[in-house]
Amino acid sequence: MRVAGKGVIDRSKAVSFSFDGRRYSGFAGDTVASALLANGVSLMGRSFKYHRPRGVLSAGSEEPNALITTGTGAGQEPNVRATVQEIYEGLVTRSQNAWPSLDFDVMAVNDLAAPFLGAGFYYKTFMWPKRFWEAVYEPVIRKAAGLGALSGQNNPDTYERAYAFCDLLVIGAGPAGLMAALTAARAGADVILADEDSLMGGRLNAESGAVGHQSGAVWAAGIVAQLSAMDNVRLMSRTTVTGAYDGGMYGALERVNQHTGIRGAGAPLEAFWRISARHSILAAGALERPIAFRNNDRPGIMTAGAVRAYLNRWGVAPGKRVAVFGNNDDAHRTARDLAAAGVHVVALIDSRPDAVIEGATFPVFKGAQVCNSGGRKALESITIRTDSGEEALQVDCLAMSGGWNPTVHLTCHMNGRPSWREDIQAFVPTPGSIPDMTVAGACNGVFSTRACLSDGVEAARTALGALGRKAPAEMALPEAEDTPYALSPLWAVAGAGRAWLDFQNDVSVKDIKQAAAENFSSVEHMKRYTTQGMATDQGKNSNVAALAILADATGRGIPQTGTTTFRPPYAPVAIAAMGAGAQGHGFAPERHTTSHKRSVAMGAPMIEAGLWYRPSYFPKAGETTWQQSCDREVGYVRKAVGICDVSTLGKIDIQGPDAARLLDFVYTNMFSTLPVGRVRYGVMLREDGTVMDDGTTARLGAEHFVMTTTTAAAGNVMRHLEFVCQALHPEWEVSCTSVTEQWAQFAVAGPMARALLNGMLDKPIDNESWPFMACGDVQLGGVAGRLFRISFSGEHAYEIAVPSRYGAAAFDALLGRAEQMGGGAYGMEALNVLRIEKGFITHAEIEGRATAFDIGMARMISAKKDCIGKTMAARPGLVDALRPQLVGLKPVEPGGRLTAGAHLFEREAPAIRENSKGHVSSVCYSPELGMMIGLGFFAAGPARHAEVIRLVDHLRKVETEVEICHPVFLDPQGERARG
Amino acid sequence: MVELKQTSPCAGLLPVTLGDVTMSELTPGQMTCLTAFGDPADLSAALERAHGMALPGPNRSSGKQGARCIWFGRGDVLLIGPAPDAALGAHAAVVDLSDAWATVSLKGAGAVDVLARLVPLDLREGHFKRGHTARSQVMHMQASVTRLASDEFMIMVFRSMAGTLVHDMKQAMAAVASRR
Repeated sequence: MRVAGKGVIDRSKAVSFSFDGRRYSGFAGDTVASALLANGVSLMGRSFKYHRPRGVLSAGSEEPNALITTGTGAGQEPNVRATVQEIYEGLVTRSQNAWPSLDFDVMAVNDLAAPFLGAGFYYKTFMWPKRFWEAVYEPVIRKAAGLGALSGQNNPDTYERAYAFCDLLVIGAGPAGLMAALTAARAGADVILADEDSLMGGRLNAESGAVGHQSGAVWAAGIVAQLSAMDNVRLMSRTTVTGAYDGGMYGALERVNQHTGIRGAGAPLEAFWRISARHSILAAGALERPIAFRNNDRPGIMTAGAVRAYLNRWGVAPGKRVAVFGNNDDAHRTARDLAAAGVHVVALIDSRPDAVIEGATFPVFKGAQVCNSGGRKALESITIRTDSGEEALQVDCLAMSGGWNPTVHLTCHMNGRPSWREDIQAFVPTPGSIPDMTVAGACNGVFSTRACLSDGVEAARTALGALGRKAPAEMALPEAEDTPYALSPLWAVAGAGRAWLDFQNDVSVKDIKQAAAENFSSVEHMKRYTTQGMATDQGKNSNVAALAILADATGRGIPQTGTTTFRPPYAPVAIAAMGAGAQGHGFAPERHTTSHKRSVAMGAPMIEAGLWYRPSYFPKAGETTWQQSCDREVGYVRKAVGICDVSTLGKIDIQGPDAARLLDFVYTNMFSTLPVGRVRYGVMLREDGTVMDDGTTARLGAEHFVMTTTTAAAGNVMRHLEFVCQALHPEWEVSCTSVTEQWAQFAVAGPMARALLNGMLDKPIDNESWPFMACGDVQLGGVAGRLFRISFSGEHAYEIAVPSRYGAAAFDALLGRAEQMGGGAYGMEALNVLRIEKGFITHAEIEGRATAFDIGMARMISAKKDCIGKTMAARPGLVDALRPQLVGLKPVEPGGRLTAGAHLFEREAPAIRENSKGHVSSVCYSPELGMMIGLGFFAAGPARHAEVIRLVDHLRKVETEVEICHPVFLDPQGERARG
Repeated sequence: MVELKQTSPCAGLLPVTLGDVTMSELTPGQMTCLTAFGDPADLSAALERAHGMALPGPNRSSGKQGARCIWFGRGDVLLIGPAPDAALGAHAAVVDLSDAWATVSLKGAGAVDVLARLVPLDLREGHFKRGHTARSQVMHMQASVTRLASDEFMIMVFRSMAGTLVHDMKQAMAAVASRR
């Protein structure tokens, strides 16, 4: 219930939201947790394994219990911490891991079976029978145990990724962080101050103590106002720094609209930031740890600091009769704050017999411990143990404190290990764990407010020194609470029953001891055996207590026992945030040719070639299969004229005095002898002797070439050339520039190709002026283009290139003329048929394993010069006559089916792996030959033409007898292309 | 004879305004890649004589609107605006790239915030000043980014990726607009 006069929330703004179908009212600034507590709701979830009723334990992002699902439908978000989720008008939330309802959960029977479900029970129980694990046990366990679920539908929400840069990143806006940011900002540094809370100020908003003449919250707001007025400061609230990475890079998750109902229209729900900082100050504070005692997990039992936060920040008393239990002076504040606010404090129980408690207006029990609790879905009583015996107290809320753990997590992200400090019974960051990071405040084991303010200033001075900036001469520090932090360790209260450590994964003190007893005594083994700290909260509340108990059980000290490894992210990050922008069309760039629009308008289905989109075929009315379209398009090229956009092939402009030298070095064959105005086919090898790519290169001038590459390998070839020029021959004067995008290039292929072109060129060509493999400049209606007489179909063919701005128009013009001549556009399917009929290879053949020898081009490796890969290609194993080599394949029966990927066997040999003598790389139906044909590799194949072998495709269940033949099926003399 | 019409890379896609940021296509004229042979100082002198600007160093540009030269990667600069003087050919490889790149302007107070969503560069004004340029990435695309003014950037990506540039940019612009 709310306490009059307390809290810093805006009570003039009522906000309504729902939890499990019921409407509740809260105020602007409330979290779901504070609003539910204000409404008297303490049961907020069921535990992971035993389905025990749970309420809120904390008031921050470390919350293990109060996990809820927000939203409905496709965008519902599971495992949201009720302590972090701010309420907004219309927010819909519900509980998780309970059926049929949170109030009555049938799976709570698990709790009765607890004796059988202890540490390692999976490993012990489900060993037999072996196959039952996947089929039976795991699905059952997964259903019974667990967290919330995604909707299973596409996420409709927008996320965002962004970069930020600063001189100084301050992580945490509590007293230390605020002073650090202010000091650095006044020195002129570019500062980013990130805090995961919606309201900056950290513990100052949760405590009642004054800072200067103001309340802590008001003082913090004043500093925030100062900072926000400075141009060199960027305040990022609701932003959790989730990881520390190399080079001063930090990951951070900003909850942009999680606290509003704004969705759609590009508004991001969350943003994942990469913050690059020259220096950072970690002022992440500390997390309070519970004390393990029997049934310490009932709704209504929470940390003492959380109770103060609910009271002082949200004006909520989490109970009517509250007891406080602690091993340190800090817990006393909770009792005092509650009493001052008029809340009935039933008892302050301090485990230390010598505790000094001043000005208590409530019963005090020194040297006492809470050893049990009563109630089921809400706390009803606690049992305290004193020297004189056990006694029950009627309470509905217990505030407990086992001390504070500095939030060291980020300092461990680069494999740093924290150091144990005996005086505060806690781990603190080891200096130097993260390069260029300074740690300040409670995170550094400095606990009083005054000391935190001062430590923040000091950290900023250190940072400014590292940044080479002058620190402000004096930073006035306000008066603030400066009491020493005194505690004596109490990790678990002795006694029978289950005392909980890891609330989220249901790990008890017994489980840790059991692990130690079974010799899982290394902290890393214990963690995995018991699942301690492996839930989404990563054991923020429980890890230190668990390893203290392990230390005790194994007879070692805590520092010797050590910690497990904290890894990023500090708090859960939605994958959608990290992958923001990469959904749908954002997945990868889509490269469109200049003829794309027209092709789509013609109904062509697109296939992806690298990032390019290329038309597969151009369907015509009446055609019901792609094969019909493909056959027709092949006919255009064989009988009339076909047009195909080949702009996607890589084009590299190579210039310079050493251009020819470069080509001779990367190609197997000679290019320095190529006359100007001519084109030559070339093959290039990798260093290891296998074929890298093939293509044609045209000589436009004495020192000027244009190389073409395959579409898929354009980037690789460019990189290869750059490597040669930069690393192998930096002395060469040669430049390589990609001009792929500069030119729209179209294949014009077929017996009528020249006639078509002559209708477009300003100056007609003939066989004498433009013979096979000629190239040069041309004009089309005054536009300067390039014409290459090359053929990838075996027909009389050209490729004409125009600057890309004219590409769309050129394609339209070429197509219009082709259609008048009985031809038309052809797509990738037809292109493939045309080249297979001619035995031309693509990357289906040169797939990274084939050598020049394998594809019948061994003689193209010039003996007159060196080239990359030449030596390695000569290794005996790569020129072995028994290697599978390129052959043509045709079915013995004309209707026989060939499939790419099928294996090839001797006719009589069983079709097993050991007998495979090759494979089929490409197949097609040849309209010209009226049957399927293929290219493939077969052992010693070139020596075995006309022999019959067996094709077996185990996957598609195809078996066909095929005849080995020459890979060139049509016009072996190449007369058509020259005609 | 044939008459060929021109189409610009972002035809039909731009301009777009979302919030206080406008993305529009630039038609800066001829774009020529120059790669120096021999001493780059000779090319710089030739450039100075022919076009009135020196060869820019890495991550810098020279000249001004209408005739600008931007660093374009290792050993390369891009002359933007004028047709390259024939004299340049004696000192450099001269390659016409007028049609190879989609060139857009991103202008407005929020332009730098839009780019922060797509470009992993420190674009704070003290670090990336007017005239500074970089080869970097826009989302998944390799790109050239040049600051033309405090609130205006020139972005270049491969022509074929113009559609993706507009898609990615609009998404970032919408996200920035939603925060204002």
